[in-house]
Amino acid sequence: MQISVQSDPFDFGHIADEFAKGHTHMGAVVTFTGIVRDDDLGGLDVMEIEHYPGMTQAAITKFAEYARDRWDLGDVLVIHRYGALKPGDMIMMVATAARHRVNAFEAAEYLMDYLKSRAPFWKKEFVNGTARWVEAKPEDEDALSRWD
Amino acid sequence: MVNILYFAWVRERIGIPKESVETNATTVRELVFELRQREERYEIAFSDLDSLRVALDQDLVDFDAPLAGAKEVAFFPPMTGG
Repeated sequence: MQISVQSDPFDFGHIADEFAKGHTHMGAVVTFTGIVRDDDLGGLDVMEIEHYPGMTQAAITKFAEYARDRWDLGDVLVIHRYGALKPGDMIMMVATAARHRVNAFEAAEYLMDYLKSRAPFWKKEFVNGTARWVEAKPEDEDALSRWD
Repeated sequence: MVNILYFAWVRERIGIPKESVETNATTVRELVFELRQREERYEIAFSDLDSLRVALDQDLVDFDAPLAGAKEVAFFPPMTGG
């Protein structure tokens, strides 16, 4: 299991390749990558991601351990960045390895839902020089209930 | 003595990232009540608890949770990771 909360960029291709290697009993690897999305008018200058250093790593580790046990994963990886990012930058990635693809997909979706609403990150967008905090969406909260 | 941390717009409204306070509160809700009495910036930051989340010693809890010797209380808006 690898959990990393970092400001530096990560090499998605290399990490995905290393993750997929050596799992002789795992038939499925799923990866997901989140990218900073510009607004429709191309006005996003910067997205700043703040986090709660004392809590973030532990919270993500808890979700990842739960996912590993619930979906019988052979391995799980989560990388999430903080700091100033630009449109097109990779914010985060999740990778899961399981014997069969259904478990790998479901575990990755679970991790995405929990990272969105339960990992202590907050996004602030600077659009055409004006700052605003990104608000949580009710549907993100609803998405969690399907894992109860 | 309890350490209080503020994140995102809660930090901006209160104007500081953290502070230590003496409190007699037994629950998070009582602590919020004490903070709101202090100054208007706290009153504004804590005016709508539905738009806030709280963690005790890095675990998410609800506002009725007992403080029970917690060392660190963190207040922040709903999280927007991913």
